[in-house]
Amino acid sequence: MVDFRMPSLGADMEAGTLVEWLVKPGAEVKRGDVIAVVETQKGAIEIEVFETGRIEEILVPLDAKVPVGTPLARIRTAGEVAVPAAAPVPTAAPTPAAAAPAAVIMAPQIAPSPPAMPSRGLRASPAARRLAQERGLDLSAIVGSGPDGAIVYADVERSAATLPARAEKKRALGLDLAAMRAAIAAAMARSKREIPHYYLEHQVDIGRAESWLAQTNADRPPDNRLLFGALALKAVANAVRRFPAFNGFYREGKYEPVPEVHVGVAIAIRGGGLAAPAVREADKLSVDELMAKLRDLVQRMRAGRIRSSEIADATVTVSSLGERGVEALYGVIYPPQVALVGFGKPVQRPWVVDGAIGPRPIVTITLAGDHRVSDGHAGALFLAEIGKLLQEPDKL
Amino acid sequence: MNDAAATVTETTYRDAVREAIRDALRRDPRVFLMGEDVGRYGGCYAVSKGLLAEFGPERILDTPLSESGFTGAGIGAAIAGMRPIVEVMTVNFSLLALDQILNTAATVRHMSGDQFGVPVVIRMATGAGRQLAAQHSHSLEGWYAHIPGIKVLAPATIEDARGMLWTALQDPDPVLIFENIMLYNMTGALPASAGAVDIEKAAVRRAGRDVSLITYGGSLFKTLDAATALAREGIVAEVIDLRSLRPLDDATIIASVRKTRRAVIVDEGWRSGSLAAEVCARIVEQAFWELDAPIGRVCSEEVPIPYPKHLEIAAIPQTPKIVAAAKAALRQG
Repeated sequence: MVDFRMPSLGADMEAGTLVEWLVKPGAEVKRGDVIAVVETQKGAIEIEVFETGRIEEILVPLDAKVPVGTPLARIRTAGEVAVPAAAPVPTAAPTPAAAAPAAVIMAPQIAPSPPAMPSRGLRASPAARRLAQERGLDLSAIVGSGPDGAIVYADVERSAATLPARAEKKRALGLDLAAMRAAIAAAMARSKREIPHYYLEHQVDIGRAESWLAQTNADRPPDNRLLFGALALKAVANAVRRFPAFNGFYREGKYEPVPEVHVGVAIAIRGGGLAAPAVREADKLSVDELMAKLRDLVQRMRAGRIRSSEIADATVTVSSLGERGVEALYGVIYPPQVALVGFGKPVQRPWVVDGAIGPRPIVTITLAGDHRVSDGHAGALFLAEIGKLLQEPDKL
Repeated sequence: MNDAAATVTETTYRDAVREAIRDALRRDPRVFLMGEDVGRYGGCYAVSKGLLAEFGPERILDTPLSESGFTGAGIGAAIAGMRPIVEVMTVNFSLLALDQILNTAATVRHMSGDQFGVPVVIRMATGAGRQLAAQHSHSLEGWYAHIPGIKVLAPATIEDARGMLWTALQDPDPVLIFENIMLYNMTGALPASAGAVDIEKAAVRRAGRDVSLITYGGSLFKTLDAATALAREGIVAEVIDLRSLRPLDDATIIASVRKTRRAVIVDEGWRSGSLAAEVCARIVEQAFWELDAPIGRVCSEEVPIPYPKHLEIAAIPQTPKIVAAAKAALRQG
């Protein structure tokens, strides 16, 4: 039996609200299935399961806000034998206290009831829950004064006067831009506070990439065409494989390179949001597959539905301003990652090719690197490698 | 002018039970008392002392030491039209008569298609506290409360000791009355006019607002003491005396819990499968959304009631345990 827990969807996440269960107890799930939706500051995230098996028990009700790591459901993994739902609870074992009879008489602390089951999630009494529901109050915002800090009726009554009704909050799934802004603020402030950034830029002629794209796209329907962004992503993914100092996490004073390459793609959201969901194992995908993933990601991100594995574990981030951007961007690393590669807008520039000056499409590729982990020299080689890979788009 | 209602006498629970039996014997010629040592000896707990002299051996019958035999005889007499009061010395011994009570008394109306009823009253002593050891000290009334077809009463006050018997004798079906042995010596005031009382309702013995302490029989006064102790700390406990263990007065229990949102049940029976468990289940079934804390139970430790005084005291509900359980429900434990 394994616990399906509230995942950490980023370094800044402490708790999430369970807003949708997509499975019922008894359902068969396999690794990678989306089984729940959790609302976080980043919006509603689809949570995937990492085990294959059967949902044995749902532990957290809808709309409960629980800390990261809280078991949300219990899963019986394939091969495990079914156990009755009520696992034997050790009740008060016969107390050996009989050895000290005098103390027994005096001491009323003989447990008045068997030990309670370990608490799961938010502790609120049934009376408190009902009152909160009637008044439209968010229990997670109320401090409990009952047994073990449980929220009781009187606590809700007291809060009713001061708390805004939850009904005013939008309950629809989707993005809460204000919350997202707060999350960005927290992550970026932390990044600039903790990470000694260094910046490099490298101008790359993408003429070959552009003509390869034009050739490849010539006989494709519009929604099947490749964009330069996919090539850029692929080039970064392939390059970090050779430069592991840019692909991993800096945590608790120590850098851990990650063998897999999950490239976070910064996606702007209308209205002022920004998120960087990951394309998982981007180095192993073909450019076509990568393009399909990108389309899907952008679409779902803007619809406010993103999966837990995508949001949580990007190992490096790519930010591309595209056609409407500026020539160069200097990114802020998303902690605990250690590098961000920026792609500016491709511009026509006079360029010397084979001793002659001619117009070439030039892209400025930048690197924001974490100086605790890598130095400018390595960063330069890394950027140069990306530029080199873009010269042979057919091999990406 | 001698207003009977105004005349209050100091009496004991034992005397109140005796007065109830005497009153019934006088009022209804069909009533008689039978049991071990109820005649010449005056009853194991001296409840029937003097009744043999007053009513004679035809109505105060000493029986052989055979609970199954004499309880069965009482049941037969009831079917035949008499109104017997059968005394069983303690609930432990009543297990020998359980077949008669469960398989005959409780079922005859059902099995005869309502042709026969069993208007018998069976009284028995229950509870621990007199160092009578494990075969004389248990509280098994909760087991009887499991049985459809009978009523189970637990008079805790002198008024109920005086008043429940007559009402029970009017009932067309078997009624079991459990008298806690620690109550017999309890003294209190009883109006001379005291008479029959209802045997259906639980009673609020002390009104409160913070927690409902639900109990019956011998634990009532420990619970009232606990409520007094709690009041000194600003906790206003409500004390419910169940009085009738079958049927249970759900309405009174639930109304109290709705008000206080917390409940602690005090029951001298063992915890597992206890009457306290039944009360707890009913509260959860009917008032789940009103609750502010897990329901607490103060029951006997799950051991044969020990003989040594200090262990006997430790084995059954006591005031400090009740106070602790009430505080736990209020987080002030």
